[in-house]
Amino acid sequence: MKLDPAIRDQVLSTVPSLRAFAISLCGNIDRADDLVQETLLRALAHIDSFQPGTNMPAWLFTILRNLFRSEYRKRRREVEDADGRYAETLKSHPEQTGRVEFEEFRTALAKLPSDQREALILVGASGFSYDDAAAICGCAVGTIKSRVNRARTRLADLLAIDSVDDFGPDRATRAVLASGGRS
Amino acid sequence: MKHRNSNLEPVEPVGEKPGSQDNMVRPTSPKPEARLGREVQARIGQQLRAVYNDVVNQGVPPHLADLVRRLSDQDQD
Repeated sequence: MKLDPAIRDQVLSTVPSLRAFAISLCGNIDRADDLVQETLLRALAHIDSFQPGTNMPAWLFTILRNLFRSEYRKRRREVEDADGRYAETLKSHPEQTGRVEFEEFRTALAKLPSDQREALILVGASGFSYDDAAAICGCAVGTIKSRVNRARTRLADLLAIDSVDDFGPDRATRAVLASGGRS
Repeated sequence: MKHRNSNLEPVEPVGEKPGSQDNMVRPTSPKPEARLGREVQARIGQQLRAVYNDVVNQGVPPHLADLVRRLSDQDQD
């Protein structure tokens, strides 16, 4: 019996956000795509353990995170990505104004402790509930809440945001000057 | 998956006492690191989604789409 096309389409439609999550974990787009591929192989081999009607994205994110964690433990002694390496991983960039701000934010995000970044991404970008995020990470809901809060506070520190005005063109100009004219 | 709106906002402060809805009268910054302004949090959320959606908008890479279709067409026994 072949896989129900509806289930297959649920898997397919989760792939874009699965990649975005994987990149935030790995900090490297090639490794992220390997991780997504491994996740899809694993998921489809065990599709019987997915209960139709339940949350497909949460199921796939959980598998991906577990694979990443076991992989990470294996590679622990390898050199980790330097700060900000994540900022260089993507090939496409938005062409709108605020590009400097965008890159600056991505660099700051890469500097967060991984458990905080993961929680912030799941709740703030992937759109999971705190409950789902806790299930994906295998921890308590309160732990997720506290990680998300610490992540936001740390980001605000890293970006030196004291008020919304700090996000304006002046900040972008200062960032360019601070980079010594590198582009 | 339909990309759901973030639920990062509205802000849900940790440790808030139930029934304490006095956001409007709270002192600006009781402890510097304790609570970020609402507009700062909103801005962080917006930036976060921009970075994330930059990848999401790339869609499904062809080799991953092929992989899913190929595995889906195999017998599931």
